[in-house]
Amino acid sequence: MSEYITHDQRGRSVGIVQKKYFTFAYPPDLFPLECGAKLGPITLAYETYGQLNADRSNAILILHALSGDSHVAGYYSKDDPKPGWWDFMVGPGKAIDTNKYFVICSNILGGCAGSTGPSSINPRTGKPYALDFPFVTIGDMVRAQKVLIEHLGIRKLLAVIGGSLGGMQVLEWALRYPEMVHAAIPIATTTRHSALAIAFNEVARQAIMADPNWRGGNYYDGPRPEMGLAVARMIGHITYLSDRALRRKFGRRLQNKSQFSFGFDVDFQVESYLRYQGRKFVERFDANSFLYITKAADYFDVKRQHGEGSLVKAFSKARARFLVISFSSDWLYPTYQSREMVKAMKKNGLDVSFCEIEADWGHDAFLIPNEKFENLVAAFLERVSREFEP
Amino acid sequence: MRYDLQIIASWIEPGARVIDLGCGSGDLLLHLKETKGVRGIGIEKDEAEVREAIRKGLTVIQGDLNEEVRDYPDQSFDYVILSQTLQQIYEPHTLLKELLRIGRRVIVSFPNFAHWTIRLDLLLHGRAPKNPQLPYEWYDTPNIRVITIRDFRKFIEDLGYQVLKEAPVSTYNRDRQGKMVRRWANLRATYGIFMVGKRDAGKT
Repeated sequence: MSEYITHDQRGRSVGIVQKKYFTFAYPPDLFPLECGAKLGPITLAYETYGQLNADRSNAILILHALSGDSHVAGYYSKDDPKPGWWDFMVGPGKAIDTNKYFVICSNILGGCAGSTGPSSINPRTGKPYALDFPFVTIGDMVRAQKVLIEHLGIRKLLAVIGGSLGGMQVLEWALRYPEMVHAAIPIATTTRHSALAIAFNEVARQAIMADPNWRGGNYYDGPRPEMGLAVARMIGHITYLSDRALRRKFGRRLQNKSQFSFGFDVDFQVESYLRYQGRKFVERFDANSFLYITKAADYFDVKRQHGEGSLVKAFSKARARFLVISFSSDWLYPTYQSREMVKAMKKNGLDVSFCEIEADWGHDAFLIPNEKFENLVAAFLERVSREFEP
Repeated sequence: MRYDLQIIASWIEPGARVIDLGCGSGDLLLHLKETKGVRGIGIEKDEAEVREAIRKGLTVIQGDLNEEVRDYPDQSFDYVILSQTLQQIYEPHTLLKELLRIGRRVIVSFPNFAHWTIRLDLLLHGRAPKNPQLPYEWYDTPNIRVITIRDFRKFIEDLGYQVLKEAPVSTYNRDRQGKMVRRWANLRATYGIFMVGKRDAGKT
């Protein structure tokens, strides 16, 4: 997820918002995880925008990507320099219109923006979990979100929507809780990681674990593995863009100089950009969370988890109406991977629409204001809300 | 709505399951959904058309129709519509077979290359056909198949299928209006519209 997004002024902002917390799975009723371990208590940080209507039929759950969090839209204070990560999508009059819909987003289990994760305090030891934190899967993240949704008094979601890792959660929701999902919008995502995607994640993880400050994950009382996490972020950024996007944005332009330095300091603008993104990321993200979440993404496999090896069988569980969206220049989860899920949905007679949006910005395209994309989502939501009877 | 689409719409009964191949921005599907409550799906290659159709509240998949039809289970639809696209298909016989696998009946419309204006043009000027129905030059036309009403009837017969309904139409006012052609259809119709089924499936 990029941080160079410029926010457009279409529609209005949701204004000042507040992060909320919900805690459950207190001992002895711990939350069983797919890996076999039990975890609790679990806190989920979440935010909501708009109003839940009387018959509770207008709830939309947004699922965030790897480095995202519950802060989708609006500002935390008057002086907050930057709105939430999908501010151009969510707000009064915007594609996900908070005048009509009640919007929810929670920080994923294993994350580091308020939800329980490896940097949280382990109640048994009084210290951060670090690598004692159990492995969580995309399925676990969704199962935890379900507890939150039920806590909010919502029996059926009008829609679940998310891009990338958020799109995986969308698929997981639609397959795991078909009776709770009226419509689903998986964006720029996949039913399982390709070798290429796993490879990039592995290099990123190795960068963190090779940092001497990582110390087997027990760095919370000392210096953090900042260099490793920054490098991991740089690798990620390359996969989120595209050859064309990088060429257009940077080319071979030099950073504040006209001659090569013949040294290993920054020469090219693209180097400067990556270093900047890496530096900024370490301020707000926990390295262990990065390890856990990328591993969860690598383990995610719809076929294996829900279909005994068959994607068609997996989608036989789904009941939602789908809008699948891919972007033409996404080389992390290329369009063919979206087409695979569309094919499996078709074979099950599911109501599925699919659109590949022509966009230059690679995988990150879903995080960049784009009228074509926004209108598509707005129209689909309008249609499914007309058809929805809770 | 185009006149040929009006005829096609009149052939479809309420509540039918319909797939429109090359649905464009979904005019026909929207009409069928609103007036007959059909359960419709569209397939369209062009991204802008797909977005426009989804904007209308339709279910549409962006893709190549030759590929996309393969994913549907047998007899998924009551009607498969292929309007003004057959002349652009590389293997019409393969496609038609596939369409009669996924649907009970196939409705095809195509510009009639045997219309008298085209014949006259060729006879008098020796030029490749170009008229309101076939607006392209020979070098930029997407229409790689030259079909006439008579040829299509024979094509269906040769494949062992059956023509269930047939409407040769003559259109005007940019194809928005038209009338049925009763006699000399192959000479006077600008479009042929056919409903095709398997031999045993026709008696409904």
